[in-house]
Amino acid sequence: MGDQTVHALQGVDLDIARNEMVAFIGASGSGKSTMMNIVGCLDKPSTGAYWLNGREVAAMSGDELALVRNQEIGFIFQSFHLLPRASALDNVAQPLIYRGIKLRERLALAADALERVGLGTRMHHRPNELSGGQRQRVAIARALVGKPSILLADEPTGNLDSSTSLEIMALIKEVHAGGQTVVIVTHEPDIAEQCQRIVRLRDGRVMSDTRVLPAAEASA
Amino acid sequence: MNLLIESVRSALASIRAHRLRSFLTSLGIVIGVASVITVISLIQGLSKSVSDQFTGLGGNGLTVQPHFEFKEAMRGKINYLRFEDVDQLRTRVEEIRDLSPVFSPGFSEVRFTGTSAVAQVFATSASYQNVNQRYAQQGRFISDSDNAGARRVAVIGEKLIEDLHLPPNPVGQFILYANEWFKVVGVMEKRGEVFGMSQDNYMIIPFKTGQSIIGNNTRPQLRITVAVRDLALLDETRSRIRTVIRQAHRLKADERDDFEIESADQVAKTFDKISSTVTLVMGGVVGIALLVGGIGIMNIMLVSVKERTREIGICKAIGARSRDILLQFLIEAVTLSLLGGLLGLAIGYGLGMAIAAMIPDFPPAVVPWWAVALSVLFSGSVGVVFGVVPASQAARLDPIEALRYE
Repeated sequence: MGDQTVHALQGVDLDIARNEMVAFIGASGSGKSTMMNIVGCLDKPSTGAYWLNGREVAAMSGDELALVRNQEIGFIFQSFHLLPRASALDNVAQPLIYRGIKLRERLALAADALERVGLGTRMHHRPNELSGGQRQRVAIARALVGKPSILLADEPTGNLDSSTSLEIMALIKEVHAGGQTVVIVTHEPDIAEQCQRIVRLRDGRVMSDTRVLPAAEASA
Repeated sequence: MNLLIESVRSALASIRAHRLRSFLTSLGIVIGVASVITVISLIQGLSKSVSDQFTGLGGNGLTVQPHFEFKEAMRGKINYLRFEDVDQLRTRVEEIRDLSPVFSPGFSEVRFTGTSAVAQVFATSASYQNVNQRYAQQGRFISDSDNAGARRVAVIGEKLIEDLHLPPNPVGQFILYANEWFKVVGVMEKRGEVFGMSQDNYMIIPFKTGQSIIGNNTRPQLRITVAVRDLALLDETRSRIRTVIRQAHRLKADERDDFEIESADQVAKTFDKISSTVTLVMGGVVGIALLVGGIGIMNIMLVSVKERTREIGICKAIGARSRDILLQFLIEAVTLSLLGGLLGLAIGYGLGMAIAAMIPDFPPAVVPWWAVALSVLFSGSVGVVFGVVPASQAARLDPIEALRYE
């Protein structure tokens, strides 16, 4: 980056309510990755504030952020980011280790989460024995197992074919319908349009913030 | 605690995933620990057998024998103990329970009907068996009247029966020694072997008989073995003996002793000293081996951290704190080196046993508990010391960077 300071995001002022389903959309370089990192508590804003469930995140230490990520955020990544040597069940149970939950309870919770995403029969497979869609389901189960405040998805269908993408989006919408707050970061309008609210980013600024009617209401 | 168990589980999983690499990584530790345990087990086996045997050889006594410098001996100045010294000690040192003079007449060939054998022959008094607590198992020991009459009688060790092809009960047989016929009157208890050499190829004859064999012109190299009344007073007894013999030899205050007083366990003590020196040297060797092994572990752990950067990123994203990652990698390093240590322990013990079994008459290898504890402790701490750098490198990774790492 040389000596020039680049502001990935500038002048962003947003509120996300509980059980909203929000998409951040923008081209590469628009600041949406930084947006995701800040919302996901992986990064802190250099100036300004980020309040999550009534807590100011920007002032937290690394370990405090880790705790917040563990309890408040459920990540879904484009390239799944599963632990390659662990089974689906162990992958889903992994976040619970850091909460100090005992092995038996961990595995029971993880099995429940895998049932919810429709992978009850493939719990003991490793990621390389699963298809892309199945891997993303494991990742969703892992994101949900800790009952987070936010399900944060970064291009959740970016590595999937179109029919699998539909399945995964359907699953995410189902989770949302169950009361979960969902934030999706994407560059695909198709994906963004399935959300209630679309925030367009360009050059680190919010270009537009529009609410779309839920599909069910729109068609009625 | 929960996290600790998890870390051990994940460490074992990752070691299992890279079996060969893990083995090669800990090979330095394996070899270091194995070589040390081999040597220690052999030395300890030897030292145990030596001290066992020396306690068996009458550890409650003292031996008084002449002492002279090699240089003086070359000039023909040889010190002797005198027969009067025996009487002096008997009458003047009341801490002595019993004592017996011993000397070797110098010839060693013994014959029986055409078979000849080499024996350690020594002449002594009837009190010998009490002083040394060694008794005749067949027949009888030499008696005071044998001594008074300078009779040609002998008590022999078990090995001589075999060497001379004597009948199993040789009492009453005659054997030829120094051109005279000796009647066998008894067989001594078995003493066993030291370093594979039989301690039972000896023959005991009465003191005066021995004197008559060497003749009046030769002075016998006399030793006096002493049984102490109370072992707790061993040092007092020793200094009392010293005073009495110095007086008997009319030594001036500035003259050195022309005799020395040894306790039976001194040889064992000397051996102990040697074995602890060797153990210490081995300690140095193992230090170097463990250092090299530790560097090997650090090297592979650094590679492993690099390789698993993305995994570390994932764990951090889903809520692992820095200390969780630190613990995980530290425990992996410790597990690697501990497994190496345990493997080395097993190999070393096996090697020690095998070597001890291959050398004829070598005592079996013994692995003392402290060697086990030390090797486990050392290999474990090698893991900690050399795991800290890679582990803290892993712990310091930035989650965003780590997730992006290809």
